[in-house]
Amino acid sequence: MTATKKEIITKLREDLLGWEGFRPIAPEERQAFALGPIESAFPNQMFPTGALHEFISTRPEFTAAIGGFIAGIMQTLLEKGGVCVWVSYTRRIYPPALKRFGVNPDRIIFVDVAREKDVLWVTEEALKCNGIAAVICETRLLSFMESRRLQLAIEQSQVTGFILRKDVKHLNTTACIARWTVRPLRSQLRPGMPGVGHPRWQVELLKVKNGNPGSWNVEWKDKQFMPVIETPQKEKTKRYA
Amino acid sequence: MPKRLVSIWFKYLLTDREAIRLKSLRELPMAFTEPDHGRMLVTAINKAAEACGIKSGITAADARVIAPGIQLFETKPGRNIKLLKGLAEWCLRYTPLVMVDPPDGLLLDVTGCTHLKGGEAEFLKDMVGRLRGLGYTIRPGMADTIGCAWAVARCAESGLIVPQGGQRNALMPLPPASLRLSLELLVKLNQLGFYQVGGFIHMPKSVLKRRFGGNMVLRLYQALGQEAEFLLPLKEPVPYSDRIALLEPISTREIIETTVHALIDTLCKRLYGEGLGLRSAVLTYCRIDGKSGQLTIGTNHPSQRTDHIFKLFALQFDQVAPGLGIELFILDAPKTEPASDKQSLLWNGKPAADSEQVAELLDNVGARVGKDRIHRYLPQEHHWPERAAGNTTDLTQTPESDWPEDRIRPVQLLEPPESIEAMALTPDYAPRQFVYRHERHIIVNADGPERISHEWWIEDGGYRDYYVAEDEEGMRYWLFGTPNDLPGQTRRWFIHGYFP
Repeated sequence: MTATKKEIITKLREDLLGWEGFRPIAPEERQAFALGPIESAFPNQMFPTGALHEFISTRPEFTAAIGGFIAGIMQTLLEKGGVCVWVSYTRRIYPPALKRFGVNPDRIIFVDVAREKDVLWVTEEALKCNGIAAVICETRLLSFMESRRLQLAIEQSQVTGFILRKDVKHLNTTACIARWTVRPLRSQLRPGMPGVGHPRWQVELLKVKNGNPGSWNVEWKDKQFMPVIETPQKEKTKRYA
Repeated sequence: MPKRLVSIWFKYLLTDREAIRLKSLRELPMAFTEPDHGRMLVTAINKAAEACGIKSGITAADARVIAPGIQLFETKPGRNIKLLKGLAEWCLRYTPLVMVDPPDGLLLDVTGCTHLKGGEAEFLKDMVGRLRGLGYTIRPGMADTIGCAWAVARCAESGLIVPQGGQRNALMPLPPASLRLSLELLVKLNQLGFYQVGGFIHMPKSVLKRRFGGNMVLRLYQALGQEAEFLLPLKEPVPYSDRIALLEPISTREIIETTVHALIDTLCKRLYGEGLGLRSAVLTYCRIDGKSGQLTIGTNHPSQRTDHIFKLFALQFDQVAPGLGIELFILDAPKTEPASDKQSLLWNGKPAADSEQVAELLDNVGARVGKDRIHRYLPQEHHWPERAAGNTTDLTQTPESDWPEDRIRPVQLLEPPESIEAMALTPDYAPRQFVYRHERHIIVNADGPERISHEWWIEDGGYRDYYVAEDEEGMRYWLFGTPNDLPGQTRRWFIHGYFP
């Protein structure tokens, strides 16, 4: 009896996912994002494509970290071909740097709008077009209604959308399926080596629909995400310089 | 097919225009003056002034004496050409080939156009009626040659439509002035007693040439159609063009949309039949009050899809001011390219950058935010960071070289670099700490220096020593110092970017 109850609940959960816009993904369509432990936070244990992700940044350093993290995810999205559209109002992204994250910068189309309010218009147009692999939108404000519009556009086209919110003063409710923050962490090289190591971030999932929020430390190494295993490192006896 | 040409003579061009602008001037004697050798000369008059006995060429002072109530206006040379150009554009509704004929006329090639209005007489009547309705005093002439139409419009009393091949008979009773000759020649002809063209039209060519010069013979034979004369159209006719003339003027958005859609559809079908797609299109609308406007679109790939082109125009429909109503739409496709029939359905993966869907998306975005706002970057063989990525608008262009991977570059680049206060313990080493925007960062790890020099063949200047620096909180920055080995210079520090 308990087993059947459990089965019913699992079945209901799966149905609910379907009703909320989550497509069950066929095994051949599965893409390996190699996000490691982060993927287990999501429903079906995989990174949801065809959905809206929101990244919160409060400092330019965090924006850079988020840029790197998104580029790492984009690498997998672009494997099947297609182009990315990067919409922004004040753009500082430096295209040649993205090559380090496995993305060919010439496959990204940058739209630098002159008016802030055009950012969301362009984003929505781009999300409606199913010839696009991913859309990244740099904006400051995103109301619930606006995010709902974008989500509805995505449900038609199954394009993955990333909203990069800069200078966020207060967090409001949005229809995005996940809310992330990425902040840089001190990099580590092998003990005794001088210099700066691989990019290392603390990735935090503040909210995720039907999933479990959490926080992870990851490193970008050899063009993939690697979970960081904290090795207790003794404080350097000699600091740099 | 014999040519048919119309010449329109605006007898009081400038004064009519002024009277249209200010209705109170309509009945008063009026003249335009131009400065000439320190005095004011009358250059254009109206009918009332002519009735008073004023002629163009007299001084303004004389005109004031002859007609004390005359209204004098100063004008600038070239104003008549400007007016004529406007009128020529208005005349494009009758024929695509219109030429400005200075100083006071227009020439229209109406070959094959007259049946649209129900014959030559009706065609001329319609045009004259409308121009007179606007307020211009005009005289038209229609003939097989430019010269004959010109002569008939200016000098004939009746028979403004010269039948085909009837140039000789039409010219016979006209004065020699109808042949567009110079003033000296006209005086000479007058002194010799030639008051009509018929007096010398039968003379042999060689005799005329010996007595009056080659130019006169040329003009006479051009009028007769035995020498070629060409019309230089105001606008180059576009090979792919279509128009819809409406019986009733329209002004509501809905009907305008329907009409434009139908117009685009016709043109697209034609382009499809010829295997072409348009890259740019111009929609011109003419209002019944004589004003017109234009909407221009461009596409990123040759397109023959009605819905797509319509959508691009629809984004601009807010700019259309129909006024009292629009009576004519003209759609030109000045730039067309061969369009390949893509079998896009067979292609299952996500399309590439030059695919139709992406190109259409960019057309839409470009129409809204401006085409220059869309960037795509290709690698350039430069080390200087600001030049390492070249901007392109072409979606089909592929990189000529690979993106460099050996150098670590920041994801966020500050443009231009911002000055920081930094403290380095040893020269040629990364700073120990720096202050940027009132915030102190203590550096614990650093890589560098990476020395990047200005490319002397592009720009003169020193070098920069770049360092990758990580502070205590784990934030990574790209810093550089200016040269410190030059005499009289101290090293200054800048922040140029953020690493992820």
